[in-house]
Amino acid sequence: MAEIQKNKKAIGFKDDPMMPRQFMIQRFRRDTVDTFSMELKPVSGPKKFDFKPGQFNMIYVFGVGEVPISISGDPTRPEKLVHTTRAVGNVTKAMDSLKSGRTLGVRGPLGTSWPVEEAEGNDVVLVAGGIGMAPLRPVMYYLLAHRENYGKIVLLYGARTPSDILYQKELEKWRSRLDLEVHITVDRGTGSWRGNVGVVTNLIGRAPFDHLNCTAMVCGPEIMMRFSALGLQKRGVEPADIYVSMERNMKCGIGLCGHCQMGPLFVCKDGPVFRYSDIKEIFTRREY
Amino acid sequence: MESLAKVLKEHPFLEGLEQRHIDFITGCGSNVVFKKDEFLFREGDEANHFYFIRHGKIIIETYIPQKGPIAIQTRETGDVTGWSWLIPPYRWHFDARAVELTRAIALDGKCLRGKMDEDHELGYELMRRFARLMAQRLEATRMQLFDVYGGNTKE
Repeated sequence: MAEIQKNKKAIGFKDDPMMPRQFMIQRFRRDTVDTFSMELKPVSGPKKFDFKPGQFNMIYVFGVGEVPISISGDPTRPEKLVHTTRAVGNVTKAMDSLKSGRTLGVRGPLGTSWPVEEAEGNDVVLVAGGIGMAPLRPVMYYLLAHRENYGKIVLLYGARTPSDILYQKELEKWRSRLDLEVHITVDRGTGSWRGNVGVVTNLIGRAPFDHLNCTAMVCGPEIMMRFSALGLQKRGVEPADIYVSMERNMKCGIGLCGHCQMGPLFVCKDGPVFRYSDIKEIFTRREY
Repeated sequence: MESLAKVLKEHPFLEGLEQRHIDFITGCGSNVVFKKDEFLFREGDEANHFYFIRHGKIIIETYIPQKGPIAIQTRETGDVTGWSWLIPPYRWHFDARAVELTRAIALDGKCLRGKMDEDHELGYELMRRFARLMAQRLEATRMQLFDVYGGNTKE
């Protein structure tokens, strides 16, 4: 019990962190064939939902189960809580069938965040793969809201096919800005796609940034993050300047149950965002 | 020819190469322009060139009956493309098509092959560079084969 209280305090919870708050689905949007976004509104209590880019919530579909999902909305607009996820398991498939007006349980925000404040003054390189674009979107919103505090902002995004690209309208808007470098690639070029074909790590080699004053944030499948970290290091970026967001089987979200243990770390409490240099050694070990 | 020499000398791919080798390579080079949808090379054709892309974008693709052309990878400004000129039977394995107006330097591989046989130092230096390029392509292709973004996430 003392441990629970300690963890609650460490995480900054005033209330019971295991008790979900009810939120109503205000808007449901299909992003790709298997990915969707939900805009949630609290049923009662505070209207704002403050969070930091990179944090996640445990989302509970009543009667089905609970899953961790990164927050993909704008941290500078806390009145709107947005989650994007892919329908892959029982819970997210059940979520996918919900309509506007239905309620969900939300516990959070949980976990560590991307180092947006520490990155001030630096060039910022975001490397996203697949659904990994969702946890990095709040970073983009934050950086754009504080544009003058950063050097170059480079977004490198890789998806499976052109139709798997998330947030297409937003990406188009960002690409048209003169103060952003947005490069997109797909593993399989199909249809009328005229853009890049190849893995996202190909883009790192030619991305315009100063490796000596750079903060890199990488999110996507683990193997893509491994190769991206290698690619960034080849460009001269120090492992301490690279951040990754890890995904494990998170259950309690507050470092108690141990489901998400990765070596000496709990991904839910010590992560999901880690400095690459801190986890480099355990990143490639099979047993973790 | 001076500007060609300058471009090649400053290209990272040839970094560290002796001037005499760069001079020889420059002698094998020519400026080429490909309009959108024009092919740089076609699968099965004799492979006698490789390209330094100065500006533009090309796509490496293969044609599958009933499916049409399948894009494999794109190459952009600054990339070097083509190594079939280096390996017998010197035939292209894929098509390369400009997806936009592309300017490149075409290097005569046939001419270089002969010189590499005579001058092993040049041969070694070029093989070393192409081996690195092939390793990068192989690594990228393996990653593409992993299909890492597929719906395999556990819940």
